[in-house]
Amino acid sequence: MTTTVERFETALEDLEVPVRRTTPAAFDETLGRVANEPVVGTPLPFEGVSLPAWVDDEPTPGALESATTGVTAASLGVADYGSVVLPSTPEGSEPVSLFPERHVAVLRERDLVADMPTAIERLGPELRDGGSAVIATGPSATADMGALVKGAHGPKEVRVVLITDAEDADGGEP
Amino acid sequence: MSTDTRERKAERIRHLLETEGEAVEENTLGFNEGRYESVADLEEYEALKDRAREIKEDAIERLPELIEQLRETVEENGGTLYLADDAADANRYIREVAGENDADRVVKSKSMTSEELEVNEALEADGVDVVETDLGEWVLQVADEAPSHIVAPAIHKSEAEIAELFNEQFDPDEPLETAEELTMFARERLGELIADADVGMTGANFITADSGSIMLVTSEGNARKTAVVPDTHVAVAGVEKVVPSVEDLAPFIELIGRSGTGQDITSYVSLLTPPVDSPVVDFDDPDLEFADRDDDREFHLVLIDNGRMAMREDEHLRETLYCIRCSACANTCANFQSVGGHAFGGETYSGGIATGWEAGVHGQDSAAEFNDLCTGCSRCVEACPVKIDIPWINTVVRDRINREDGGQFDFLVEGLTPDEEPGGVDLQKRLFGNYETLAKLGSATAPVSNWTTKLGPVRTLMEKTVGVDRRRPLPAFERTTLVDWFEDRGPRVSAADADREVVLYPDVYTNYIDVERGKAAVRVLEALSVHVRIPSAPGSGRAPLSQGMIDTADEKASRVYASLAEHIDAGRDVVVIEPSDLAMFRSEYEKFLPESSYERLREGSYEILEYVYGLLENGADADRLRTGDGERAPDIAYHSHCQQRTLELDRYTRAVLEDLEYDVLESDVECCGMAGSFGYKEQYYELSMDVGDRLADQFTTPETSDRLVVASGTSCEDQLEDLLAREAVHPVEVLDPRSRHH
Ligand code: SF4
Repeated sequence: MTTTVERFETALEDLEVPVRRTTPAAFDETLGRVANEPVVGTPLPFEGVSLPAWVDDEPTPGALESATTGVTAASLGVADYGSVVLPSTPEGSEPVSLFPERHVAVLRERDLVADMPTAIERLGPELRDGGSAVIATGPSATADMGALVKGAHGPKEVRVVLITDAEDADGGEP
Repeated sequence: MSTDTRERKAERIRHLLETEGEAVEENTLGFNEGRYESVADLEEYEALKDRAREIKEDAIERLPELIEQLRETVEENGGTLYLADDAADANRYIREVAGENDADRVVKSKSMTSEELEVNEALEADGVDVVETDLGEWVLQVADEAPSHIVAPAIHKSEAEIAELFNEQFDPDEPLETAEELTMFARERLGELIADADVGMTGANFITADSGSIMLVTSEGNARKTAVVPDTHVAVAGVEKVVPSVEDLAPFIELIGRSGTGQDITSYVSLLTPPVDSPVVDFDDPDLEFADRDDDREFHLVLIDNGRMAMREDEHLRETLYCIRCSACANTCANFQSVGGHAFGGETYSGGIATGWEAGVHGQDSAAEFNDLCTGCSRCVEACPVKIDIPWINTVVRDRINREDGGQFDFLVEGLTPDEEPGGVDLQKRLFGNYETLAKLGSATAPVSNWTTKLGPVRTLMEKTVGVDRRRPLPAFERTTLVDWFEDRGPRVSAADADREVVLYPDVYTNYIDVERGKAAVRVLEALSVHVRIPSAPGSGRAPLSQGMIDTADEKASRVYASLAEHIDAGRDVVVIEPSDLAMFRSEYEKFLPESSYERLREGSYEILEYVYGLLENGADADRLRTGDGERAPDIAYHSHCQQRTLELDRYTRAVLEDLEYDVLESDVECCGMAGSFGYKEQYYELSMDVGDRLADQFTTPETSDRLVVASGTSCEDQLEDLLAREAVHPVEVLDPRSRHH
């Protein structure tokens, strides 16, 4: 049987979104491989994981304009679709995940769910609590100019960094 | 409709076929194919559609209560809900919001509802610069054109046309050429316009009453920018967009992209609970950290009634409110695939369901413009994620249009048209609606009637008076009807020797025109040890129904049932050759007959090849039919019938032919384009042929050009013969032990 992680990875492959699995310890190094400088990001709400010093973590409109990569946290991943759920935050996760050419979504493996109904069930209380989020699947795209083009108003490229649960550094289904 | 009106209509369609047809065709076929592939991957497709339908039914039922709940949640969240009676009311409110914010520029993401309001014009009149940020909408704004599709508004424009437009309008340093260049140019330019905007206006695909959230389904990311960059967000949406809770969104998220453009999911599904926590993006203050901002965001949800509450009370139009505007009914529609929304659309909306929307929000006149383009082929019904009976809405509105104006009263035609309709019905509609009477008369006076209708002056007259296109060959009537023939001949398998008993329904076409396929059906059934009867029975009502003559169809339904009821009671199976008539029994009769009568007929009736399939499965001897391995047995190019496919019956024909060792290639177009009377009508003849060309192309390839052309529907047979100048036969004629077709 394919695991949720494998399904998620396959879906991302179909979307041409590279995904890297890493441990909290190796996070900085992994991020370094998928982020092109200059990098701007919003705080990651994950224990034991934080943005490295070379990421501008106090985003401003100016930083948005000059950054090549934006790094934000995903609260959920949806295996069936290869989607990541990106919550809006006062620190600007929405614009940081939207303006730069490349978006890197950081997701904990434990936050992966199998399907859309489960994701929406988890989102229900958040939205009722006033929260907002975007379910993002692959890069921004348009076919309005006569052929499919990536990067219409949003990122041209998306990368996913999947953080394995600490005690399960080798990956696999816990 | 006068000759002039018909000619103008034909002219307009011809123009669109020439100028926009190619781009529209390529795009809609792509979307439609994508839909088939994408929904095939969805395990619970049918269950999801049922769930989606249930949610919408419930939401519309409880709408007033949900709106009040939503008002409370939105206000609690810190926003405002304004319920606008109509477009003018909505526009007034939106202009006020813009005025209070001293807005110089409003940026918009794509919203059909805002097109319905014509809010751009209203704001522009106040001197506000309104910018569409969806790339397709922006192209149209630059070109000053209307959308041709509800989801992909600029599909009628090719890459080259857009490049020409941009190069002319913007005179860039380097001329733009590719889609990539055009997109990057637009992104940059629109990015600057968004950065300076004072108000962002979006639509909403769904609004949840429990949380006050709006869901936006997009791919480009412009709606995300529109909603969060400026500090004021106005969302406009029809009242029907409200659903009870966040959890209700799940099936729609899975269905909407797949059904529309054939994407499993679009890039972005935004779930915004405004006013949002995201910081305002103020590029004039480039160094102020987002986290340090103290924004006071404004949010206005403008819900529009504009006729919807009245639609809710209208037993037939109500279903329209379940529509999630996915566009499947446009993409799957053969006529739409040829002409797009500039012909198949009203003031705002386009595609199959547009009739319901236009009749509801702009009035019947707007719907009347294009309502005829729905031929009732029913291919959209299975495509619709909320299971709306779109052809029925088209028929009801057609019926209402028929009744609306006095129209001509022609006493000659009145004699020929013993229908249940008022005098106002358009002459052309009336003629085709009473096809049965004509066929009777034509048959009784054959062959003279056939000679007459071949005469040039007669065709000219027919074109002038009733708009029967003179380029279209007319079917020839048989003097001896199927019923007469069978009465003389009698059954060859007695009831005592038979395994089963069948009443073969003598549909109008088989009875008066293609008597041969009726005879073939009798021989095939008898070869399989079936006792056959052919009672005299009236037409099914398909012909009047397709002209919007509902009362006449209703009356026919009762008479058909009366003529078959006794047979059904006696345990005989009703077998039907013409799929469009069987579709009446199985679908539309639900609206005309008492429930138990409808159920009995539905359960007791079969399409002829479906029935043969059942006989063979139950041990009937296939060798008594003509098989595909025999000498001179033909290879087959098969075109199923649109309504037959919707009933999922095409597979039986295919299975029988293949089981009997025929080599079969099947077309995959949605409809042949003839659709009963449609292809005969002067104003639609060219469109009908254009639609037919897609089918003709499939049957003139090296693999198919030598094959015997086989089609299940009458119209399809005629259309294929006209298009290919090859003989076309019904599948039962292939199986006929006496068949000579090769
Ligand atoms: S009627 Fe159904 S298929 Fe057509 S746009 Fe609406 S939801 Fe989609």
